[in-house]
Amino acid sequence: MTAPDDRLTPAVAAGVLGADVLHAALLQSIVDNARAIFLARAASIMLYEPEGNQLVFEAVSGEGEGRIVGDRLPATTGIAGWVLSSGESLIVEDVLRDPRFARDVAERTGYVPKILMAAPLLHEEETLGVLNVLDRERKQFSAGGEMQLLGMFANHAAIALSVVRASRRAKAVLERGQGDGLIVSRIAAALDTLDGPRRDAGLRLLQALDVLLR
Amino acid sequence: MAEDDRVNEPVLPAWSLEREAALRTLLRSPFPLPDARAWAWEGSTGKGVRVCVVDSGVDGTHPSVGGVERAVVVINDEHGGHSIVPDEEGDLFGHGSACAGIIRSLAPDCEIHSVRTLGRDLTGAGAILIAGIAWAIDEGYDIVNLSLSTTKSQFVPELHELADRAYFKNTVLVSAAHNMPVSSYPWRFPAVVSVGSHSGTDPLEYYASADPPVEFLARGVDVELAWLEHSTIRATGNSFATPHIAGIAALTLAKHPGLTPFELKSLLRAAANNVRSAA
Repeated sequence: MTAPDDRLTPAVAAGVLGADVLHAALLQSIVDNARAIFLARAASIMLYEPEGNQLVFEAVSGEGEGRIVGDRLPATTGIAGWVLSSGESLIVEDVLRDPRFARDVAERTGYVPKILMAAPLLHEEETLGVLNVLDRERKQFSAGGEMQLLGMFANHAAIALSVVRASRRAKAVLERGQGDGLIVSRIAAALDTLDGPRRDAGLRLLQALDVLLR
Repeated sequence: MAEDDRVNEPVLPAWSLEREAALRTLLRSPFPLPDARAWAWEGSTGKGVRVCVVDSGVDGTHPSVGGVERAVVVINDEHGGHSIVPDEEGDLFGHGSACAGIIRSLAPDCEIHSVRTLGRDLTGAGAILIAGIAWAIDEGYDIVNLSLSTTKSQFVPELHELADRAYFKNTVLVSAAHNMPVSSYPWRFPAVVSVGSHSGTDPLEYYASADPPVEFLARGVDVELAWLEHSTIRATGNSFATPHIAGIAALTLAKHPGLTPFELKSLLRAAANNVRSAA
């Protein structure tokens, strides 16, 4: 039996189960930075949840911070819905003239913005969610620079969100005890029951599989 | 540049230029058309030209849109394919109406049709977009406004084939460049008319791009747009530059029916604000 400190199963599980706090901090840092760079009143990351066809606030900086994380909006209506559906960014200079935005978002969040910059979070040809920046106070950058910077933050957020999503799916697999990911967990658990030559042989087999699958 | 000067600087999407930079990019046309714009569309209202907006649907009742001849939607059917059925829901997002409103403002007498490819279900969005474009081409529309694109590489071969099919059937696909510097399609194909933005405010002002794959730069910054529930908003994006070119193309085709896509594209280039005739 492998010593507790060397066991793989807890390492696999802990890598997933203990990641929530770090992931939340990562997403928060992205919206904090976006809000600071754009001198905006608010910035947020919304994750698309296909199961309920909704966008959920994952991180909020500025207006609404601490209040609306976890709130959900229908994914297929309004500006955020278009950005998600089309995979295209949009900048609206007077967003409250959109009656649906006023009802769905502003009333819910309690904040009434004027300017909305929204970008899709594109990762590996998939749109994972939407980045919003509200009411940037002044344009600090050269023409074209703002849109480019918005895209860079969106790219950063997309990578982070893909990590978060993968971690949550792995966590769900471990907690349910089913699914393809469980095979990895079972192999880790089986190796933990071995020692000596059999464990070494098992690890060599995994290393060979690693080379084969690359 | 003084700090105050930057306050009012426009925000430009990717594949776009400030108006002043576009003006400085002087190009030459070999055609002896010293007043190409007048020859191309002066006096035209777009009458007789059928324009299809493939987008989120179009609200024909919006005052700026002024009616839609026909509105259909692409849906997933039970056999794993797609069906085209009448669109009972209309514009779910506002974007399609925005594009239609721009086209109407430039070519008031053209026919505007709508194919909705964005819906409440995001499943199979790329395949639905392709089905919508294919239907529009088969229906023989003169112009198809595509202020949409897909980043999914699996759809590139089909989209390429559709772009070529449209080209040879004399259907002009006017396609928006992505606002972010990502690879998306079909705007990158030479068989379509690809559009980015400039920062000017004149709706008939457009430029030939010296930076492919974007071919034209039209008004796409701080554009007043038709939007949901008869509202209007002001927004920026290459998707709003695209219907400007579609509208100008409609004016041109109404005055010169039967132009092929390559003839139309050559004429549009010759008529651009930064192109000078060899004559």
